[in-house]
Amino acid sequence: MSEHATTMEAAGLKPGFADPVFEAQTTFRTLLNALAYAGRPGMLSTRLDPPHPLGPASAAVALTLFDFETPVWLDAAAAAGGVPDYLRFHTGAPLVAEEGRARFALIADAMQMPPLDRFAIGEDRYPDRSATLIVQVPSLAAGPAVTWRGPGIDGARAVSIAGLPEGFWTQWADNHALYPLGVDIIFTAGQALIGLPRGIEAEG
Amino acid sequence: MSAARPAWDEAYNFAYLDEQTKRMIRRALLKALAVPGYQVPFGGREMPLAYGWGTGGMQVTASVIGPSDTLKVIDQGADDTTNAVSIRRFFQRVTGVNTTEATEQADIIQTRHRIPEVPLREGQILVYQVPQPEPLRKLEPRETETRKMHGFGEYGLMHVRLYEDIARFGHIATTYSYPVMVNGRYLMSPTPIPKFDNPKMRNNPAIQLFGAGREKRIYAIPPYTRVESLDFEDHPFEVQRWPHACALCGSRESYLDEVVLDDSGGRMFVCSDTHYCATRRAAGHSGAMAEGSVARALAPSAGKQEDSHERA
Ligand SMILES: [Zn+2]
Repeated sequence: MSEHATTMEAAGLKPGFADPVFEAQTTFRTLLNALAYAGRPGMLSTRLDPPHPLGPASAAVALTLFDFETPVWLDAAAAAGGVPDYLRFHTGAPLVAEEGRARFALIADAMQMPPLDRFAIGEDRYPDRSATLIVQVPSLAAGPAVTWRGPGIDGARAVSIAGLPEGFWTQWADNHALYPLGVDIIFTAGQALIGLPRGIEAEG
Repeated sequence: MSAARPAWDEAYNFAYLDEQTKRMIRRALLKALAVPGYQVPFGGREMPLAYGWGTGGMQVTASVIGPSDTLKVIDQGADDTTNAVSIRRFFQRVTGVNTTEATEQADIIQTRHRIPEVPLREGQILVYQVPQPEPLRKLEPRETETRKMHGFGEYGLMHVRLYEDIARFGHIATTYSYPVMVNGRYLMSPTPIPKFDNPKMRNNPAIQLFGAGREKRIYAIPPYTRVESLDFEDHPFEVQRWPHACALCGSRESYLDEVVLDDSGGRMFVCSDTHYCATRRAAGHSGAMAEGSVARALAPSAGKQEDSHERA
C-alpha cells in the first residue's frame, strides 16, 4: 500500500478510494438501487476528489466498475487533463478511441455528447454486451421534467435532468425501441446519480 | 469510510470473493437489471461449497453485501435446515454481518425454493439460488438453440409443452419451476419455487436477483416489473390451494408442507415458511394440532431435509 501511494504521488495523481473494498461496495449498492429503481436519485457516501472535470460520483462509479476487462471511451472533455492517467492507474482499464468498442463511456460534457447510436447496443443473443454511459450533468433535478415509465417504476416518475443536448430524448426513444438491445445510462451530478436503463420509456 | 467495520475472519477478503470477481459479478448484475429476465453469463469463481449448495446465490450475495446489512437465509421456507444454516454461518464468518430469521428485518434474503409469505418492501434484496437457469433446457438441450429462442422471443415450444399437459391431465400439471414471462419479453425460470409463489414476483417492491453457480448465469427482476405465469385463455394460471389450514398456526393463506407423523399414515399440513408460522403462533393464532405433544415434537421444518427437489 505505501509503495502504491508513493508511486501515485510521484506521478502527481489524485488518490482513489481510501478503503477500496467498502467504498466500492457502498458505491455498487447505490448503483444497484439506481438501476433497479430507475429515475430515483442515489447519494454516494464516498468523498473522492478526482481530477477536473471528473465529478466525484462519476469517479466512484469508474473505480467501482472499471478494470482491465472493460474498454473505456472518454469524451474530449474527460480525455484532457489528468483523467486518463487517473483512470489507468486506479482501474487498469484500457482506453479506446472508438465509441463502438467501449464497454463504458465517460462523458464529462453532456452538451457535446455523441449520438447514442455510436455506442454498442449488444447482440440478439447477448444484449448484455452493450455500453453503459456515465453522463455528467449540472443537475439531476433542475432540468425540464420528463415522465419515465417501465421496469423499476411504480406507475410513472417525473425526472428533471438538466444539461442534456437538443434531441436527446428523441435519441432515447430510438434506443428504447431497440429493446432488449440498447445502451444504459448513469447520470451523475456531484455526489448523486440516477439510472436510466434501456427498458425505460421517456415522454417529454 | 468511517463506518465501523464488522469483525470477520480476515484470513479472507471481506465476503470471501476477491475484488476482481466482485466487479465482474456486479457488472453482470447491473446488466441483468437493465434486461429483466435475460440470463447474463458471468465467469464464476469457485466457492467453498459444492455445486448443489447454492454457490450461484452465494456469489451474488457476496458481491452485494456490506457491513451494515442484515442477512436471512432460507431453504424451502425454513431458516434451520442444513443448507440454510451452513450458508448463514459462512457469511457470518466471512462478513461478520448480523443475521436474522425475521423477514421484515432482513436487508438481503438468500433463498432456495420459496418466497417468504410476508410481503417484501422497497430496498430489500431477494437472492435466489438457481439449480437450472434455462427454462427451455428440458425441451432443448443445446445452449446455441435456447440462446436463439431467447434472442428472437420464440417460445412456442414451451406453450406446446404446457398444452400437452392440458391434453393429458386436463390441466397444467407443472407445480414448481412454473415458467414466467418477464416484462413481456423473456421467458424465465422462477427457480423451483412452488407456483403458489409466482404471483409474488410480479410488481414486487423489492429487488429480485438470481444466481446459477454451475451454469454461471445471473438474471434479475427489478422492482415493479411485469411477471406473468404462462397460461391459456381457457386454462388460466391458478395457484395451489389446500382444503385445510396450517395445523400449527391456523393460516389459510400460506404455502403448506405435508409432514408425516407416524408409520400408520398420520400426517398434518404446516406452513413451509417457518418464521411466518412462528410469528403467527407468537401472536396467539393456533391450528388444530397446536397443543399437545405432537406439535411440540415436530418443528415445522421436520421432514424437509430429505426433500427430493433439485438442489441449487
Ligand atoms: Zn403455520
